[in-house]
Amino acid sequence: MIMTDKELKLKSVILRRNLLKYIYKAKAGHTGGSLSCIDILNVLYNSVLNVDPKDFGNPNRDRYIQSKGHCVEALFATLADRGFFPESDLETLCAYRSHYIGHPTKKVHGVEQNTGALGHGLPICVGEAIAAKLDNKSHRIFTLLGDGELPEGSNWEAFLAASHYKLDNLYAILDNNKQQITGANNEVMNTDSIREKLESFGWAVKEVDGHNVAELQDVLDNGPFETGKPNFIIAHTVKGKGVSYMEGVLKWHHGVPSEEQYAMAQQELREAEALI
Amino acid sequence: MELDKIEDNRLKLGKANQIVFAETLERLAANDKAIVVVTSDSRGSGKLVPFGEKYPQQIVEVGIAEQNLVGVSAGLASAGKKTFAVSPACFLSARALEQIKNDVAYSNNPVVLVGISAGVSYGALGTTHHSLHDFAALRAINNITIIAPADNFETEQVVLNAVNFGSPLYIRLGKKNMPSLNEENKNFEIGKGRIVKEGNDLTIIATGETVYPAWLAAQKLEDQDGLRAKVVSMHTIKPLDIRLLDELGEEGKPILTVEEHMVHGGLGEACASYLLQNGFNNPFSLIGIPDEYTVTGSQLEIFNHYGISGEGIYAKCKKMLLPTQ
Repeated sequence: MIMTDKELKLKSVILRRNLLKYIYKAKAGHTGGSLSCIDILNVLYNSVLNVDPKDFGNPNRDRYIQSKGHCVEALFATLADRGFFPESDLETLCAYRSHYIGHPTKKVHGVEQNTGALGHGLPICVGEAIAAKLDNKSHRIFTLLGDGELPEGSNWEAFLAASHYKLDNLYAILDNNKQQITGANNEVMNTDSIREKLESFGWAVKEVDGHNVAELQDVLDNGPFETGKPNFIIAHTVKGKGVSYMEGVLKWHHGVPSEEQYAMAQQELREAEALI
Repeated sequence: MELDKIEDNRLKLGKANQIVFAETLERLAANDKAIVVVTSDSRGSGKLVPFGEKYPQQIVEVGIAEQNLVGVSAGLASAGKKTFAVSPACFLSARALEQIKNDVAYSNNPVVLVGISAGVSYGALGTTHHSLHDFAALRAINNITIIAPADNFETEQVVLNAVNFGSPLYIRLGKKNMPSLNEENKNFEIGKGRIVKEGNDLTIIATGETVYPAWLAAQKLEDQDGLRAKVVSMHTIKPLDIRLLDELGEEGKPILTVEEHMVHGGLGEACASYLLQNGFNNPFSLIGIPDEYTVTGSQLEIFNHYGISGEGIYAKCKKMLLPTQ
């Protein structure tokens, strides 16, 4: 399924409205990060990934493993919208005995791996990508990393291995919203010059505006960037993107809007929708 | 007691269990291209050099990076590979514990984790290289089976079973040559204790490389004292063979457990917990490595120091059977 640029833009607004709805109802969630990565997820699931809710067990499907598992509301919103499960299921988000918990779990149709602890997605993707190479399969493996999880040593073990095994079927997307729970990334632990770091590790790197669906689609669906090199996409994003009072404001890392704030956010997004 | 020598000519010395593991896997890999071994610069100690030379397409080297070893293995298993992640037990079960918990057990990716040179196999290399925590750490994780085979027969059986096991598995192997115990008993089933010596005065439940000294102790009891000790190889630590424990509990005889593991959280405490909670009050004792700065020395010296030896287990059995002596 390939969406037009306009359709993707509209979908992004709808997904933002939906994920805010789930967070507001559950009174829990990683709001800022979900809003920063939702355009990436939208483009992946509606324009890039070869996945079918009715044939999810197909071994030749593209894989998407969300390493920044805490932004599960973005993933659940996207999967529900793509028909993996009824949207009404998400009314149980974080409720007693619900499978829709605060991190991705395979109990939910469409989720590839249980994630949530940081620095785990990429090594698993390396294994998936090696397996695909061993079997001469052409499907692709995508992961979404948060910039706050870059200091996890396991990522760097995996950066080495991906390059060593020339995994050009692997795409690591960095949701570079530049903030984490304590503050700015480069103040908590400086990971600046990430492009140079990854290039020196043997990855092919591209940078995109992580909220520009056309740019995302072009970069994510036209790899590999260089034969024999794993692909790293630095998606420049804004935490809380799409809700003016949340954008770049740290407290929305896992802040939940009040009734008034929620109404304001939905109103803003409705206006944005009307302008597309 | 010398582990590498037969002290009892009724036993036949075999190979190191980890050699049997590697040879069995090599044999299976000839006809099963889905088998993949993942190593962390550990193919030498894992005796997998011939495997790598024979099947270069079925071995993945990740370098000294145990977290990645387990994460990558989870990905391979998820993609349908019959994945064996082989690394020293000390690093595999501690450094990569979160990957085992999340990427293997929680995500139910059927990786076979193979902890080599386990327990105090590395002897004088010291605590960094000992795994006296692995049973305890892994027992506290849902959805993983834990196995420590006693001899070459059990090791081969474990590998044959592991290939298509279909859920997370941890196999703990040592590197000493092991004698075959009770070659007549060819019964092996994951989750079922294997009786390697019959007896009805008391039971010694041991696991891994400690089944051999338990057997020696039982033999000495028989030869010198006319006492008959049953020896159980409780190769599967989790899930525990509770049916067998019920039987042993019903018998009402003393039970002694032996393991190459810290006394906390291993085989002994698992057995004690089950027996106590189910109303059995057999005299009970356990032998393991105490919670202290581990004595330095070879595996054999460490075993002897803590009574994990034919003599030490014999003495403990005598004390349990004849407490006033």
